[in-house]
Order: sequence, then C-alpha cells, then structure tokens
Amino acid sequence: MSKPLLQVRNLTTKFGNGPGAVTAVNNVSFDVDAGETLAIVGESGSGKSVTALSILQLVPDPPGRITGGEIVFDGIDLTKLNEDEMRAIRGNRIAMIFQEPMTSLNPSLTIGLQIGEPINLHKRLPWQKAYDKAKELLDRVRMPDARSRLANHPHQFSGGMRQRIMIAMALACQPKLIIADEPTTALDVTVQAQILELLKELTRETGSALILITHDLGVVARYADRVCVMYGGKIIETASALDLYAKPLHPYTRGLMASIPRLDQPAGLRLVPIKGQPPNLAQLPPGCSFNPRCGEVAERCRRDVPELMKADDKHMHACWMAPHV
Amino acid sequence: MSEVLTREEPRSAVKSNVILDVQDLKIHFPIYGGLFQREVAAVKAVDGVSFQLYEGETLGLVGESGCGKSTTGLAVLRMLPVTSGKIVFEGVDITNYDQKQMRPIRRRIQMVYQDPFGSLDPRMTVADIVGEPLEIHKLHGNRAERRERVMELLEMVGLRHDMIDRYPHQFSGGQRQRIGIARALAVEPRLLICDEPVSALDVSIQAQVVNLFQELQDKLGISSIFVAHDLAVVRHVSNRIAVMYLGTIVEISSRDELYANPKHPYTKALMASIPVPNPIVEAGRAHHIIKGEVPSAQRPPPGCRFHPRCPQAMPICKEKVPELRPEGKGMVACHLFS
Ligand SMILES: Nc1ncnc2c1ncn2[C@@H]1O[C@H](COP(=O)(O)OP(=O)(O)OP(=O)(O)O)[C@@H](O)[C@H]1O
Ligand SMILES: Nc1ncnc2c1ncn2[C@@H]1O[C@H](COP(=O)(O)OP(=O)(O)OP(=O)(O)O)[C@@H](O)[C@H]1O
Ligand code: SF4
Ligand SMILES: [Mg+2]
Ligand SMILES: [Mg+2]
Repeated sequence: MSKPLLQVRNLTTKFGNGPGAVTAVNNVSFDVDAGETLAIVGESGSGKSVTALSILQLVPDPPGRITGGEIVFDGIDLTKLNEDEMRAIRGNRIAMIFQEPMTSLNPSLTIGLQIGEPINLHKRLPWQKAYDKAKELLDRVRMPDARSRLANHPHQFSGGMRQRIMIAMALACQPKLIIADEPTTALDVTVQAQILELLKELTRETGSALILITHDLGVVARYADRVCVMYGGKIIETASALDLYAKPLHPYTRGLMASIPRLDQPAGLRLVPIKGQPPNLAQLPPGCSFNPRCGEVAERCRRDVPELMKADDKHMHACWMAPHV
Repeated sequence: MSEVLTREEPRSAVKSNVILDVQDLKIHFPIYGGLFQREVAAVKAVDGVSFQLYEGETLGLVGESGCGKSTTGLAVLRMLPVTSGKIVFEGVDITNYDQKQMRPIRRRIQMVYQDPFGSLDPRMTVADIVGEPLEIHKLHGNRAERRERVMELLEMVGLRHDMIDRYPHQFSGGQRQRIGIARALAVEPRLLICDEPVSALDVSIQAQVVNLFQELQDKLGISSIFVAHDLAVVRHVSNRIAVMYLGTIVEISSRDELYANPKHPYTKALMASIPVPNPIVEAGRAHHIIKGEVPSAQRPPPGCRFHPRCPQAMPICKEKVPELRPEGKGMVACHLFS
C-alpha cells in the first residue's frame, strides 16, 4: 500500500503559559489518503480549527505554539520547515478555505488579480496566462459572466459567490490537499448545499484530498469518506463514515447521535440530551475528558487518559468502556 | 390541535380557539437617500403574510436568512411599525395599539431571544432577571412572594434553587437560555414567540432546551411561534409549519404533511438541501440542488418570487403572483397548484 498523503502524529498545540495554559490540540494523530475526504467533526472549542492551523503552520505565535508531534505531508515534516519553505507549500500544494471569505480576500484588489496571483507566483505563468486561467477557474465554480467579473472587487459579490471565489483560488494550483474550515456555516441552507456539492465534485475531478471541518453530522454523512470526532482537543473516535454512523463506539459519539433531531426519524421522538456542559480546556478533569458527562463512566475513566485504541483495522476509539467489536 | 386551516373557515376574530390572526401583514422598511433624504425605496421584509395560530399550538416559521421570520415575530409583539394588514390577538385588533394600550398585551405575549449571551443584563442576578417582568406588570407584590415565584420558575425550566442569586456569566449557554425562558414564562403569557432559541447553543446542549420546550408545551398549553432555520429542530417542536421565502409564506401545513409530502418547489429544495446524518440514506438520496441565491427583498422578482430559482417555473410564474390557497391538507402559493 502506498503511504498516506498526510500523516499527523502526536500533534500537540498549546496556547498561553502557566496555570491558564490550554492544550487546544492534544496528542492528535490521523492520516489523510490521496483523493479522500476526511471530515473533522466536533463542537465549538474542540480543537478543529487549531488542528487545521497547525497543519498549515499558521498557529498565531504568541500565544500559540506546536509543542510536539510531526506533520508529514508528501514525505516532508512540515513542523521542520521555515516560513519561506512553508509559503511555497501553502496555497500551492495545500490550499485552504475558511468560513468567512471576506477575511481572506483583499477588499481593495479585483478578484482577477487575487485568483491570478498564486498562479503567477507558484506556477510562474505570465500575467496574461494567469488571468485566462483565473477566468477558467471562475467558470469551473459556475460563476456567471466569469470574464467580466474578474474586474470586480470582493464587496460586489454575495456570500455564496465569495465562497465560490475562495474555491476557485484554492483550486488554482491543483493542490494535493484542500483544508476547508466550516466553509458554509455562514451561508444559507440552499447555498450551503450548492457550495459543498461543488467542492465535492471538483475535488473528485482533480483528485485533491479534502479535510472538511464541520460541526454538522449531516454534512459529514453526505460528503465524508472517513471521520475524526474531536472532543476537548483529542480525537475520541475515527472510522469510515459508514462504520461511524452504523456503530458509533465512543459514548460521546453515541450521545451526539441520540441528541440531534433528524429528518430521517419520526418527529416527536424524545431526544436524549448529553448531560452536563462542554469541557473547559483550562480545567480538564483527570482521566477521560468526557467522564463528567459519560453514562458509562468507571473508576479507570477518572484516573487514566484513554488514547486511541483499535476496535478493528479501520475503527478506533478512545474509551476504556467501549464495546469490543 | 394540529388541524389545518383552510380558507372556508371564518377568517376574522372571535373564533374561540384562534389566539392569533395575522392578516395580509406587510412590514416595509423605508430606505432614505438622495439630496433631501427622501424615501427612495423600501425593504419589503414582510410582504403579505397571513396565518392563524390556535390555542395551545406551536407554529414553526422556517426559511433562509432575511426571509422575514424575525420581522414577523417582532411585528406580532408590535415592536415594529406595521405598514399594512391586521394583527388580531385574542379577538382584539391590536394593529394600531399605542405603547400604553400594548402594555397589558405585552404581559400575554412574551419573547425568547436567540442570543443567551446578549439578552441578559450581566449586572443583574437571576432573581432580578426573572423577577423583573413580575415587577413591571405589578404581579406578586412583595419581594418574598416574587422570590417564591422565581424559585418555582427556575424549577420549571430545570435550574436549581441555589442558582437564584448568581449572575449570567456564571452560567453556561444552555442554562442562560433557560433563564431567558423562565423570564418569559414569569408573567404566564398565552403566546410565546421564540426567535431561534437554540441556534446559538452547542449541539450537545440543544437537545436539553428542545426537550424543555416540549415539556412546557405539554404542561402549560402555551401557544407559540417557533422561529428557526433548522428544519429538523422545527419539525421536532411544531404542530404546524409555515415556510417563508422573501417576505411571503409559500407553504403552510401540518408538520407531518409538510415533511412527508412537501408541495412547493422551494419547500422541496429546502428539504433536499438538508443532509441527513446517515450515510446510507444520503447515498440513496437525490441531491436536487437549486441554483442561485435568495434575491434582495428590496427588489423582489415579479410574479412568483421564487421563479428565477424554480426548476419547475412556467411562463405564468414570471407574471402573476401565486396566491396562498388550500391544497391537500395545507396551503400552497404556487401556480403548479392553481
Ligand atoms: N488565538 C488563540 N488564543 C488563545 N486560545 C486559542 C486561540 N485560538 C484557539 N484557542 C483555544 O483553542 C481551543 C480550540 O479552538 P478551535 O478554534 O480549534 O475550536 P474549534 O473546534 O474550531 O471550534 P469552533 O467550532 O467554534 O470553530 C479553544 O478552546 C480556544 O480556547
Ligand atoms: N430595522 C430594519 N431596517 C431595514 N431593514 C431591515 C430591518 N430589519 C430587518 N430588515 C430587513 O428585512 C429583511 C427580513 O429580515 P429578518 O430579520 O426578518 O429576517 P430573518 O428571516 O429573521 O433572517 P435570519 O434568519 O437571518 O434571522 C431582511 O432583508 C433584512 O435585511
Ligand atoms: S409558482 Fe411557479 S415559479 Fe413559483 S414555485 Fe411554483 S412553479 Fe415555481
Ligand atoms: Mg473553528
Ligand atoms: Mg431572524
């Protein structure tokens, strides 16, 4: 078997110092294979974005820093690269799409310039060619009147169109990996579906792998091949999408599935909420972070931290009490 | 309770079990411009909305951002000037009530807001926050009585008595939303308007609040309007559901009918856009993704407002506004059904 495109090993990212320090990403390991879509799902504050920023070496320092682990992309450990070397990879071989496109677009430049620039820079195409390529990309993300819209500025587009522009920019250099952090959370439901469908279709065409960060279990079910579930800075379960939904093993994953109202189940069914509150990273309990909310908690859970363990070849969980498969 | 209203039934006032009757409501926000700051245009936030709410019923209001859900809710509370139309509450036309006349009505209609962080005064204790409406409306006269009532309310929403002297920042999002609900319930309203009451909460916390709503409905028999963009949540708590698009209701139906058998092309598109948390179901599901985005409420398309995005649009759709009319067990505004 060929090696995974991306191997994250024991990644740990911290913010701050002293007693207020938090470990936003705590000993996280996962792989992404070429061409696959991996979803990272979890609630607010669980460490999804910091995981993405760590891969891209964009953790704001200070207060943040990667304190351990490896991030091997295409054979290179990204944690060992300097900023110049990293810049040659970002936007070129690894592209990113963020939730709010306005923060990643320059309001004073035309989008033709903004899409053309990385092509001109990374692919060393002359400007005229880069501009043609930009038009082609806008066509691909189904932007009407692509040629004339190249001369427009970001504020002249709607939210959905801006996100299409971000996708066009992400695709510009045919990256091997695209990281999309909640790319549609700010958009209307019908536009969300358009954008995700487009992203999925284009990555399928280009063979790019996709890390899709979301808190929506429906989106995961529709688009992901594999899933990592995060809780309190750790991956607590990982499996193929099919396995995860068919037999969730971690009590948190099972709790989530039982607590969301869903259109594929009878209405009026009583939801089973997860008791308690999401964890405070600055004051995690000893042992398993989920233990104060867990219905199956045992003595060991309050003492020892469970790391990911194998249920079978492809399905892993971090729970002392999870059923054996 | 979830019987569906048709045009044949009397529309005006005193029908014993109709608590709220909204008739052809329009709320337009003027836009000023030009040299003399004259009114140059208007955002037609709500543009001819009619619905009736029964005693004890929960009506869900769904639709995408900007379709006029919040505006409809605020208009019922008379917190916005009404451009035209009628709002009849408990048989009384309150459309032109002034603030003073509205006071006793405000006791009977209460609101729960989306943002559990912004909507509570950080300097007030829970006792003050929940007790304030009692003071405003001069209920439960003395302090001790009020405190007693606040305790009762806290219990009702699943908070502990010993939390009564704490401040909002000492609570989690879900707990703060419970405080907001307790406050709304304090004056024993007959109608609760809930504007996205769970949207700001963490996924694992939403279920707690959704369940609380269901319990309160069962126990207190309050009528409510439940505004949300999450169709799964709305389906869970509503008896009937109205789907809004660009300031109008395009379909209104009983919950089960709407989800089992959506009729309006927009309702169908909305349903298809919502992924279901089950990969097997998803794999077998057609993804009818509709094109385009919601147009501006300032210049809504002529005819059917949905026609530029509608996969089934016909020539008449560009010209004639489809009326909301009875179809099957509900009502639809679409030329396919006229
Ligand atoms: N710039 C920062 N400074 C300090 N702490 C930070 C910073 N960015 C993130 N954190 C901490 O890292 C933790 C994880 O944050 P992260 O943004 O990864 O969450 P997330 O899973 O992406 O949540 P969301 O769904 O809300 O986007 C948070 O609890 C936060 O306290
Ligand atoms: N005070 C106001 N002045 C001018 N326009 C307004 C005002 N309030 C709302 N609008 C406009 O009216 C329309 C309907 O807004 P409303 O807040 O009712 O939508 P909504 O359905 O609640 O959307 P959301 O899901 O985003 O909360 C929007 O186009 C909005 O921009
Ligand atoms: S009335 Fe016409 S345009 Fe409107 S939704 Fe129905 S078919 Fe489509
Ligand atoms: Mg994030
Ligand atoms: Mg609103």
